[in-house]
Amino acid sequence: MDKKKRRLYIRTAILAVLAGLVIYTLYTNLTKESRENLGVGDQAPDFVLSDLNGKQHRLSDYEGKGVFLNFWGTWCEPCKKEMPHMEKLAKEYEGKVEVLAVNVGESDFQVNNFAEQYELTFPIAIDKGKEVQEAYGINPLPTTFMIRPDGTIDQIVTAGMTEEQIRALFESVKPS
Amino acid sequence: MGKVKCECGHVNPHGTILCESCGRALTEEAKKENLVDMRYEGSARRSQTYNKTIIDKVWNFFSSVKVGIWVIVLILVAASFGTILPQEFYIPGNIPPETYYEDVYGTFGKIYYMIGFHDLYNSVWFIALIAALGVSLVIASLDRVVPLYRALKTQRVDRHESFMKKQRLFAEQQAVLQESDLQKVREELKKKRYKIREVNGALFAEKNRFTRWGPYVNHAGLIIFLFGAMLRSVQGMYVDELLWIREGETLQIPGAGGDYYIKNDGFTLENYEEGEDPEVFNEAIDRVGTVAKNYQTDAVLYRNSNNDLPGAEPELKKVLEDDIQVNQPMKFNSFAVYQTSFREDEMKAMHFALTNKTTGEEVGDVVIDLFDQQKSYDLGNGYKVELKGYYPDFDGFTKEGEPISKSPLPNKPAFLFNMISPEKPEGEVSFVEIQNTMEPLGETIYKMKFKNLETRDVSALTIRKDLTLPILVIGGIIFMIGVIQGSYWNHRRIWIREKGGYIYTAGHTNKNWHGLKREIDSVLDGTAIPEPKDRQKD
Repeated sequence: MDKKKRRLYIRTAILAVLAGLVIYTLYTNLTKESRENLGVGDQAPDFVLSDLNGKQHRLSDYEGKGVFLNFWGTWCEPCKKEMPHMEKLAKEYEGKVEVLAVNVGESDFQVNNFAEQYELTFPIAIDKGKEVQEAYGINPLPTTFMIRPDGTIDQIVTAGMTEEQIRALFESVKPS
Repeated sequence: MGKVKCECGHVNPHGTILCESCGRALTEEAKKENLVDMRYEGSARRSQTYNKTIIDKVWNFFSSVKVGIWVIVLILVAASFGTILPQEFYIPGNIPPETYYEDVYGTFGKIYYMIGFHDLYNSVWFIALIAALGVSLVIASLDRVVPLYRALKTQRVDRHESFMKKQRLFAEQQAVLQESDLQKVREELKKKRYKIREVNGALFAEKNRFTRWGPYVNHAGLIIFLFGAMLRSVQGMYVDELLWIREGETLQIPGAGGDYYIKNDGFTLENYEEGEDPEVFNEAIDRVGTVAKNYQTDAVLYRNSNNDLPGAEPELKKVLEDDIQVNQPMKFNSFAVYQTSFREDEMKAMHFALTNKTTGEEVGDVVIDLFDQQKSYDLGNGYKVELKGYYPDFDGFTKEGEPISKSPLPNKPAFLFNMISPEKPEGEVSFVEIQNTMEPLGETIYKMKFKNLETRDVSALTIRKDLTLPILVIGGIIFMIGVIQGSYWNHRRIWIREKGGYIYTAGHTNKNWHGLKREIDSVLDGTAIPEPKDRQKD
């Protein structure tokens, strides 16, 4: 009887090890995408970029305020459409919700020209090394991350937005 | 479930068919048979004896060879489905797969995508099948190698005559064993490298028992191989990335955690030239036109010491310089950078001359870097060109008359210039695209005359790191050792025994019965000991 028990233990142990390996493999393969991409509730990766005036902006410096983090390009039509709304609301919510626009790596001339043409006053940075895009897994443009005052992600929007939509986002991360 | 005690006194595990010690048949079925089934020495395959708890049931399921073979067949069939249409990984990146398959392959493609065959090799069920194979290999091997080892270890020298009678190679004869005959047999057997044991006038000779472990060594190698493959999904073990890098650019190496940067100092494509290279190439050159000799990226590797935050200005220190050629990667710190692809002559800069349209006089040259434009280009003497707009991939105008660029790549550059001259100090506007100039605000005195184009090549590098490779190699080597061990030797056993006025001889091998028979015949040649006959017709 002792031997039978021992056999059961050995079998259970071997099966447990095998099951562990299988479950681990399945888990890592299936969750690869969601682990690599950011999701709502995740901590927004910290980064540092210089804006067009040479001023450094570090995401963690914005703690306590909401952040509208927008990735854009000069050729992208929906980006052009939402810029004026962003400009308007950035002024309205100054001190509560900050707009930070990250260009995906075009020339200084193009970005400056664009900012002048649309009379943008919020900070615009150029991600020349594409490192910040890499950290945020940016694919389509525009992509906007709404970041709460505590630095976590409140919403991710991968489309151009109307003024009302942007306002709703601003409201949702406004510090109380 | 008790033990089974044999007449010879040996206690066998439950389910044993032939006594581990003397070889007597223990089950009614085995007693009736003419020739005994020697698979696994008639030992109790434990999987088939206990079947009580859920653990035992799972164990028994995976222990079955039938199940194992079914899993292999399923894997083969499933893997073949993945080859009917290209996998998601290989379709063009700019088209979403949900539309690609239907657009290109019609209804069949749509169904293919819906079933999930577009990413078959990463699907849960395919990985589960591979996992089932791994589990089956472990359990089925354990369940067989342990009893087989036990049976071969406890086997007696003087097997019961009923065991010998049921061997495929067997003979009996009324006679008495002569010591002189035995002595001769011993010598012959020794020459043939048999291990001889004798008890109570019974002789037992055996060789190459180790070859029986071949299949299990082979399975162990396979399991190590599967384990290595599994490790690929562990963070940091495996990297396979592609990097497009233009000549002159310095970019972060993907997959290396931001620690390394690489600079492209120039891409070269060389072809074999008739006259310059050995004559053997002439025929090929005549047939296909050009034959590539070398694809090469001159690269510089840097280490970044300011890698705390994405976006931070990198502080680069040169690590090494290397020419990356096909099959000659740049290697550093378990990474290898391979030459993979290239694109020649991407537009880099355009040269224009500010030219008086009537006199044709060129006032000065303007060079516009398509990746880094200036706001204005001063030509002196009151001449200046201002850049008002740059459209790298010009694609017409909006309804409001604004130029559109459809991508950030300089595929079809267009420019909006304001040309300032002593005649027109306010400037005159000209819209210039390739082979076309427009004057949207009226006729101008000057124009931007296209002079020439600077181009550069773009090189594609594959960045690869695979720490699982040594494990795969070890698994593969063990696998081959098992195959060799099991294939090139035969496990041979010979029993000779006298009992009750009879001499019995019997032989057993795991394969090549004919070879064993010839060996026994030559050993017994010239003695009174009967030569065993092969009692299986085929």
